[in-house]
Amino acid sequence: MAEDFGSWAYAVAGGMERDWLEAMTGVGGRPVHPVQAAGLSAAVTAVRLEHYGEEPLRRQLEDIGWLEATALTHHRVIETIARRTRLIPMRLATVYHSDAAVAAMLAARRDDLIAALARVAARTEWGVKIYAPQRRDTGAGPAAAAAAGPAPGSPGAAYLHRRRTELSARQDARRAALASADDIHRALGRLAAAVQLRAPQDPQLTGQPEPMMLNGAYLVDDEQSGRFTTAVQSLAERHPAVRIELTGPWPPYSFATVDEPGAAL
Amino acid sequence: MAGARVVQPGASAARGYDPRLGGGHEPANLGDILERVLDKGLVIAGDIRVNLLDIELLTIKLRLVIASVETARELGIDWWQNDPWLSSNGPGQRRLAAENRELRDRVAALEADAGARTRAVEAPPERARQSRERGPHAPGGAGTDRPGG
Repeated sequence: MAEDFGSWAYAVAGGMERDWLEAMTGVGGRPVHPVQAAGLSAAVTAVRLEHYGEEPLRRQLEDIGWLEATALTHHRVIETIARRTRLIPMRLATVYHSDAAVAAMLAARRDDLIAALARVAARTEWGVKIYAPQRRDTGAGPAAAAAAGPAPGSPGAAYLHRRRTELSARQDARRAALASADDIHRALGRLAAAVQLRAPQDPQLTGQPEPMMLNGAYLVDDEQSGRFTTAVQSLAERHPAVRIELTGPWPPYSFATVDEPGAAL
Repeated sequence: MAGARVVQPGASAARGYDPRLGGGHEPANLGDILERVLDKGLVIAGDIRVNLLDIELLTIKLRLVIASVETARELGIDWWQNDPWLSSNGPGQRRLAAENRELRDRVAALEADAGARTRAVEAPPERARQSRERGPHAPGGAGTDRPGG
């Protein structure tokens, strides 16, 4: 029965061909199909409301295995369609009562959606993450020790003197790293149409020992892609104390808004 | 983790998307994907309401703690009530208003019923009948729609 199924939405695009979607497996192992209205298309999967209604969906979202698999599936569908046409990805777990409800949304928000699509036309999102320097690099070198002055006589005082030197060397290194991150961010921002900064990722998520100093998304015109990626490499060479990680290309998740776009530098 | 990936210079995307990177052979960093699908993407509230805020990624094995909708409300997080889609005079808002009306009517009916029963105990039967006929005394009045519910 149609009422037993909701419509899980992946993305909105201008046009969408059914055969782009035919080979795909969507959430719950179910197929993907387009819903068309008002000159727009949404990629959708029919999902059983007994698993994707409000209460069961909330419970499923707390199941890590389910969340991981579903997030990956959601992203894969979006990524596959993004190779064919510009689109606006939907946030995970946007479920409508029916395809008719999806069509109604497309019609009701047509102007906003068209504006959002225009903002990402011929543009790609790149992710740039900057990690602080390794701890051992911030140890007190001879220059720092010399700047600290001669060590006092007693062992206790000498220990404190050494600690102070190490701490100020670490502070200097941190300051320099922050300056590097800022410099890199500004340089890349000049090559981007829009930028979205977000909170640095938790080290337990990244699996990296160094803290993350910058977690940015850059929306770059296609013609600038080469310049952008080249710039990342040359900035990495100019700022050896920090580590830059570039990911992409991404569908424009971070710039998929219907209000204001990401801040442009 | 896959480690740093730096794109070769000159890799330009034909249609705004170059499938060479992350095209499926090398799985993209799951943390980066989760960050995007959970926290980014277009937020047009669907019909099924889900709160994806307050997601804290705790461990490298991706143990996620997701606040339930009830907890979110306790913490004062009710993003769906500030969503422009719901706070404009759209179908979402009309549905909320209809829901509120129905709830208020039910509360009013329960209160009237409870009040009438109480008065029936205290007062002669004649007055009790008059109380029931007076109608609901819902706070705010029946039928007023306040945005945001």
